Order: sequence, then C-alpha cells, then structure tokens
Amino acid sequence: MTALQSPPASVVVRGAPVRAQRPTARGLGRPRRSRLRYALIVLAFLLPSAVPLTLFTLVPMGAAFWVSLHEWNLIGPMKWVGLDNYVSLAGDPDTRRAFGNTVYYIVGYLPLVYIGGLAIALALNSRMPARAFLRGIYFLPVVTSWIVVALVWRWLLNPEYGVVNYALGLVGIDGPGWWTDPAWAMPSIILASAWKDLGFVMVILLAGLQAIPRDLYEAATVDGAGWWRRLFSITLPMLSPSTFFVIVISLINGFQVFDQVYAMTGGGPAGSSQVVVQQVYDLTFRYGRAGEASALSWMLFVVVLAITIVQLRGQKKWVNYA
Amino acid sequence: MRKPAVLTLTIVVAVGAVAMFFPFLWTLVTSVSSGAGLSATPQLIPADPSLDAYGELFDNTPFLQVVLNSLGLAVATTLAQLTTSALAAYAFSRLPFRGSNLVFGIYLATMMIPIQVLIVPLFVEIKTLGLLNTHLGVLLPGIASAFGVFLLRQAMSAVPRELDEAATIDGAGHFRIFGTIVLPLIGPALATLTVFAFMSSWNSFLWPLIVLRTPELQTLPIALAGLQGQYTTEWDVLMAGSVISVLPMVAIYVFAQRFVIQGVANTGIK
Repeated sequence: MTALQSPPASVVVRGAPVRAQRPTARGLGRPRRSRLRYALIVLAFLLPSAVPLTLFTLVPMGAAFWVSLHEWNLIGPMKWVGLDNYVSLAGDPDTRRAFGNTVYYIVGYLPLVYIGGLAIALALNSRMPARAFLRGIYFLPVVTSWIVVALVWRWLLNPEYGVVNYALGLVGIDGPGWWTDPAWAMPSIILASAWKDLGFVMVILLAGLQAIPRDLYEAATVDGAGWWRRLFSITLPMLSPSTFFVIVISLINGFQVFDQVYAMTGGGPAGSSQVVVQQVYDLTFRYGRAGEASALSWMLFVVVLAITIVQLRGQKKWVNYA
Repeated sequence: MRKPAVLTLTIVVAVGAVAMFFPFLWTLVTSVSSGAGLSATPQLIPADPSLDAYGELFDNTPFLQVVLNSLGLAVATTLAQLTTSALAAYAFSRLPFRGSNLVFGIYLATMMIPIQVLIVPLFVEIKTLGLLNTHLGVLLPGIASAFGVFLLRQAMSAVPRELDEAATIDGAGHFRIFGTIVLPLIGPALATLTVFAFMSSWNSFLWPLIVLRTPELQTLPIALAGLQGQYTTEWDVLMAGSVISVLPMVAIYVFAQRFVIQGVANTGIK
C-alpha cells in the first residue's frame, strides 16, 4: 500500500537532469546514463564485501533460525517441530548448567581483568622509565592464540608437575587439582583467560586515562583532595566511557567463550566447565542434533543482544560523555 | 611525583611484568628440557638442554606443512580483507548513495553476530559448495570484515576532501582517487588492519576445526589441540608446538606494536 503513495520511480528520474545543472558533482543529480555509471561504480566498490557478508553472515543467520524449528541430524531430511526445540531446551538441566557455567565464567573473569587492568593502567599512566616496554610486556599475551594459552596454562597448572603448585608447595600450601578437579576447572579457565585479556583492557583504559584533562587533578589537589578521593571523584567518573566499552565487549565475548574451554577441559571434568558454545558444538558435531544446536545458539544470541541493549539504554545513568 | 615514589611504582610494575612474561619463559624452557621436564623440582635452567622436542614434532607429525597452511591462510585472509574493506570504506566515505547509512548500519550489525550462531548453516553451505576439508572453505567466510570496513572508513573520513576535488578537476576517476590519493594516506590504519586480520586468521579455531579433517590440511591451533591427544604427558613436545605457534605473532607484534596498541586504543574511544 505504501508503495502506491510514493511517486513512481520514473518521476524521480525525470526530475534528475534539472538538478544536474547545479554543480554538485556528487552523482545524485546527474543525467540518466551518468547515474547508471555512478551506480555501477558504487557497486564495484561495495560488492566485494557485501556479497560475502550476505552469503556467509546474513543468510546463515536466517538459515540458523529456520534449522532451529526442525529436528535434523545434518544428513537426513529435516522434520518440522515448530518451537519444540526451544521448549525442550528451556526445560533441560544441561542448558541451565551451560548458562550457569557461562555466567560463572563472566562473574569471575570480569572483575579480575577490570581491576587488574585499571591498576596497571593507572601505574603506567604516570611517568616512569621503560614505560612503553613494560606496556608491551603486559600486552604480549593478547596476540597469543587461545589454544596456546590453554596448553600453556594446563602445563603451569598441572596438579603434579606444574610450576604453580610447586611454588605453592614452597610456601606450605598444598595446591589444588586445578583443571582435573570439578571444583577448580572453571577457576583455572578464568585465570588463564584473565592473563590473556588483561593487556587488552589495560590499553583501552590507558587511552581513556590519557584523555582526562590534567588541570582537573591540579584543581582537586589544590582543594586538598587525596589520591583515593581523586580516584573516585575524577578518574573513575571521567573513565566511565572506557569502562562501559570494556564491560560491553567483555560481556559479548564472555558469553561466547569457547576456544580455551575446548582446549583446557573440553567442558569437563563431569561437565563442571561446560559452557553454552561448547554445548552448541557438542550437540551439532557429537550428537548430530543440529536443530537443538541452532535453537541454543539463537537463544544465546538473543540473551547477548538483550543484555547489550539494556546496557546501551542504561549507560546514561552512569556513563559520563564529556 | 616524588622520586622514591616513582621508583617504588616502577619496581611494582616491573615485577608484575615479569609475572606476566613468566608463562612465555616457562613454555620456552620446557620445550628445550628433554625428558619432558617431568621432575618434582622444576628447573628454570634445564640441566640438559636439547631440541629433541622440536625434532619429534617435525619428524613425526606434519608440523612443517601445518605451519605453511596457517601462514598461507593468514596471508590470503589479510590480503582479501584489506582489499574488500578498503573498497567498501571508500564507498561509505566518498560515494554518497540513497540508503548508504542503512547499508553501513547492516555492516556494523554483522559484527554483533557470533560465529557460533552461524556454524550449522555455514557448515551446510560449505559442504554444498563441495569445499569441506579445503582451505578455500576455511578462507571464504572470512574474506570480508565489517570491523575492517569500520576502521578504514574512520581513517578515510579524516583525509581532506580538497585532495579528491583537485584530482577530479585534473580528470581523475574514483578508482584513480582511491588508489593514488586516499589509500597512500591511510597507511597506519591499513597497518592496524593487516595485523588484526593476520592475527585473527592465525589464531582462529572453531571454524577451521569444523571444516578441516585431514591432518595435512590442518592449521596450527587445531594441530596443537590435536597434539594433546597424541602427546598427553610429553610437555616438552606440546610446549615446542606452542613456541612455534607464538613466535610469528610475537615477531609481528614487536615490529608493529605501535599500530596494534593504537588500533586497540582507538576502538575504545568513541
């Protein structure tokens, strides 16, 4: 209906040559042949990225929803089941455990990288010798792959021969079984992940710190504000956009945690570190339940999207954009 | 700040840096400790250093091939992303068209979609195209990057328009302006994208894990994860594999540190 109310395309085109007399050189108001040429130029610049993004992101995104409404083992015919996959997943204790473990991961990981990253950024923000070099060392784990991080930390946290338990033994502590112990598997993953991401958070916060005007601190110092007072009254409020960015990114990435879990524990022992994406992977490629896997991945996407939207809405309350 | 305070702070930060670096050091030490380093008292300086673990890796697994696979895929992904991102970024910054903002918004939205949601249909697509267990199948979904488009568009927006207009008067078309004026002026952004694209391909795990089956075709992260099954307790071999996997990224990082850190810092500033 709305199509009828807008003028036919030819009217718009007929009006074009008149506008072309204006020296716009922007392409919108050129004669028809020139407009066609312009459109082809735009397409030549856009299609090399638009085609793959459509074929390998947008189309699969829609297809995943279609698959999630079926029972399917990846090989045989698909059987329509409507929303049954979602209903059965919602009542499945495995789903609850996977989401619970994922939240456990985020709750352990986020304070560790934020407080650690902030402490290092604050220290590196003051003048000191070899600052760029030290910053470089803290950032180094960021360029390492999750698989290497997982392997190396499996070795460091090896219950029998690991150097961490050896060091703990020197001070009289009997180290835990780390990734071999259901109670310690998730803390092991959190520790390794925090080590890798600390430098990333530090660099974001450091950039935020460097944007805070110096005179604010000078004025506060003149007024007799001490270090802690300046931290809570100037630094943290002025840093809130960077903090917000770190939290949004960490939550998005945290809900998608997979590589390090797969390589460190495979979700074990006894499912104690099973996370949502590991569950999607297992459902698809171990149990051949592609419909449920797609439903679970869509549930994850909706949860992440909802949390991100809530954060974007709520940012006005505490994020301070200068 | 007072002199003693600076000294104390520097020492604290340096001790932290040593702790952060220790896992790398320990990986290297373990990889040259023969007998898998399985002793009750770990030694920082191995008593009998040897390169046996590296020999084991290259002699008894297709590790050289695996390194070359990773390298080839990373280079191809990087070149593809640089090309597709730069072209699209030029369109969004220099070629106004109806719906430009909407299309750009859709590009940005694809950054929010996690690969996990896509794996089942992507697997079917690649299987239908007959690209399962091929490098092309690994490469194709990664040839365009919304992040890259975003990064380069920001950089191109900062290039003064007077330069294009002067070139237009001289009779240059958009492809000339793109290639000879805009691209040479966004070198730092291209460097940042190069490092990020290379790193994401070199380290990517889930998608290659799904596509590749044959050991000779595998990439480093997958081969490394696989080594765990083959050499369960031979930590010297596992750590040797880790060293080989980390070294190229560390080399690139040392060389391009400025672009990497600047790139990360810029993503945080809105």
